[in-house]
Amino acid sequence: MPVLKTSNLTKKFGKFMALDGVNIEVNEGEVYGFIGPNGAGKSTTIRILLGILKATKGNVQIFGKDAWSEAVEIHKRIAYVPGDVNLWPNLTGGEVIDLFVKLRGGNNKNRREELIKRFELDPTKKCRTYSKGNRQKVALVAAFSSDADLYILDEPTSGLDPLMEQVFQSCILEEKHAGKSVLLSSHILSEVERLCDRVGIIRQGEIIESGSLSEMRHLTRTNLLVATKQSIASLDEVKGVHAIEEQGSEISFQVDTEELDAVIRYISQFGIVKLESAPPTLEDLFMRHYEGKSNIGAGGAV
Amino acid sequence: MAGQFTKNTGRLLRFLLRRDRLRISVWMLSLVTVTLMIAISFTDLYATKADRQAIAETMLNPAMTAMVGKGYGLEDYTFGAMMAHQMLLFTAITVAIMSILLVARHTRADEEEGRIEMVRSLPTGRLSNLLATLSVVFMTNFLLALIIGFGLASLGIESMDLAGSLLYGAGLGAAGFFFTAITAVFAQLSENSRGVIGFSFFVLGTSYMLRAIGDVSSEALSWVSPLGWILGTQVYVNNYWWPILLTVGVSFILCILALYLNAIRDLDSGFLPAKPGKRRASFFLQSPFGLIFRLQRTGLIAWAIGMFVIGASYGSVLGDLDTFFEDVEMMKQMLTPVEGFSLTEQFITMLMSVLAMMSTIPTLMAILKLMGEEKKGRTEHLLSRAISRTRLIGSSWVIAMLVSFGMLSLAAIGLWSLATASIDGGIDLGVVYRAAMVYLPAMWVMIGFTVLLIGLFPNGSSWIWGYLIYSFIVVYLGNLMQFPDWMSNLSPFGHVPQIPVEDMNIMAIFILTVIAFACTTIGFIGYQKRDIEG
Repeated sequence: MPVLKTSNLTKKFGKFMALDGVNIEVNEGEVYGFIGPNGAGKSTTIRILLGILKATKGNVQIFGKDAWSEAVEIHKRIAYVPGDVNLWPNLTGGEVIDLFVKLRGGNNKNRREELIKRFELDPTKKCRTYSKGNRQKVALVAAFSSDADLYILDEPTSGLDPLMEQVFQSCILEEKHAGKSVLLSSHILSEVERLCDRVGIIRQGEIIESGSLSEMRHLTRTNLLVATKQSIASLDEVKGVHAIEEQGSEISFQVDTEELDAVIRYISQFGIVKLESAPPTLEDLFMRHYEGKSNIGAGGAV
Repeated sequence: MAGQFTKNTGRLLRFLLRRDRLRISVWMLSLVTVTLMIAISFTDLYATKADRQAIAETMLNPAMTAMVGKGYGLEDYTFGAMMAHQMLLFTAITVAIMSILLVARHTRADEEEGRIEMVRSLPTGRLSNLLATLSVVFMTNFLLALIIGFGLASLGIESMDLAGSLLYGAGLGAAGFFFTAITAVFAQLSENSRGVIGFSFFVLGTSYMLRAIGDVSSEALSWVSPLGWILGTQVYVNNYWWPILLTVGVSFILCILALYLNAIRDLDSGFLPAKPGKRRASFFLQSPFGLIFRLQRTGLIAWAIGMFVIGASYGSVLGDLDTFFEDVEMMKQMLTPVEGFSLTEQFITMLMSVLAMMSTIPTLMAILKLMGEEKKGRTEHLLSRAISRTRLIGSSWVIAMLVSFGMLSLAAIGLWSLATASIDGGIDLGVVYRAAMVYLPAMWVMIGFTVLLIGLFPNGSSWIWGYLIYSFIVVYLGNLMQFPDWMSNLSPFGHVPQIPVEDMNIMAIFILTVIAFACTTIGFIGYQKRDIEG
């Protein structure tokens, strides 16, 4: 049974359709990456998951309970980190962490101290003096010391430095190995690539693609870099070849995965000296969805 | 070399004026208008010399002296003497507050927000921002002194000549200078703007207290207080200029100190080290109730002291009430004598409606805090944890209910404590306290309406202030302005029986309470169902 499941989630603000039939599933022990540009509906989705906004249509089940009507029960097992952490300027970081942990119920003091040390946070400072990154650390320490079953993280690392980003990633992997589930919304695609088992891409309130990275890659193009003895004749006319670029004596291009066999057969006639192939990065996948319809490949990714 | 410190001060000065052109204009315009209007109103209220002498008599008590300062020229209470006695101190305090806020805003507040860093990264001198700020606020105070001085003189009121009026203005300006300078010093000492404003207000409050104690008991103590220096000018009576010179001189020395401290410190640092805060949250803080209370603690303490002092200051005049009523025509219109009750008792019922409506201000602030937190995106920290919405709004509501009870009690006890001291034979605490508590259901209705707005029309929740202002106008000024009854019936405060003068009206109290709880319940349900913004 999935830990979190939304079905046909729809949210309207007046006439504006913020979410249009969003379906997400996060399974136990899974890290789910939730990506999409600003304003695509990531935060709206997350706030519905938390029962802070009420869905216009559709429903959300978390731990088999309804996210709106049983919010408090669900929240006892959830930890949430918002993207824009606003804290009370006259409380210290330590006070806020204690408050947050206590409000969720349960308290793991050793974990708290350990995390404060790992994230190099000074808990005796007033929140007013914290930078964006430090405010995020407060929220992260509170989240990870609360021993939750599901972590909902909305761009949690946008203010962290690369070292702290590493600490964050190791925390996520520890939770994953402990069988916990994570919903991670992020702009940092390399982070998503490294951490997430499955990914959902949202655009204008609709999930336009979801699945594991390897599934998604299969539907798309492979990057090839080749050098041949003779120059390849009329490569641009071969079916399934895109984005040809000459780089000195080498040529790089993309191939639709189902045409890969035919394309390799074709170019091998010209005497291959060098062949490098790379799976598309998440960034390639992501960019393809946002560069307009003309670029969306014949693989039928949409 | 001087450029190291002062480069582009002039440009920054113009920039500050641009940023504050509205703010400074509003302060100046209000101060000048109020001062001139009060001066004019004195000539209407106390037209004859006998009127003025009568009011002078009522001023001859220690409570009054502590509140407004020593009266000079009470034996010949001219308009000028009256103005200096009743208005100079409070106007000077207002000018001081203006100066404190303006200086804190452009020094430590800008520094804390990182704006000074931007300015300093440009070719500007190390002291340019402080110099520009000091110049702008000094210029504001100087201009204010001149406008009020010439303005008062131009009214042509007997006994308010040009020399005295200019000194009156200069007194206000000098008070502004002093608090500009002291705030500039604190801006170097404290690391955050709340600290700067807090310390500066502390000096202002202490000056007031020292002067109050000094004026009543020992004159030497008044001369420790800068506000005492301003009153020591004895404007319109003896016109001493030397206290002005003293104040300006001290201000100048403080400015030099502030500039020196600014020159030797690092950006963002202060000389008072920020002491490390608490590593752990106290047990009390770890609940929505504790958090909501903690966030408002300082404000509530300030309001509690304020309500007590307001109650006490009303109480202090009760002893002289009969003299007061015979002499002041306006007051006679507000109260029609009722058989069998003393003027004092009647007056208490009128005061109670005012005190109740004032106590409603911190009460509504306490419940509206929830909206403020929502707008700043902080309620989601709580609601994303195991806190139900009912518990969150319920905690806010309980705090508001406690505040309504606490503030009204303090005001009533404050009133009683000085009233019983100033009235021959004293007054029964029970009478005063009952007269106050009967207003609680009306305050609960105000809380109920606010909860209703928060639950159903969150964006309109601040309309409740308009309703409170309406209530104040129709209930307090209703008698004077002869409004029709239905207007005051539209306010919950218009339905409260005025005990002890009127009989207790159980029905009215019961209905108010029912309305209050009904609105609260509907508001709670609405809050359950709506989206949280922010």
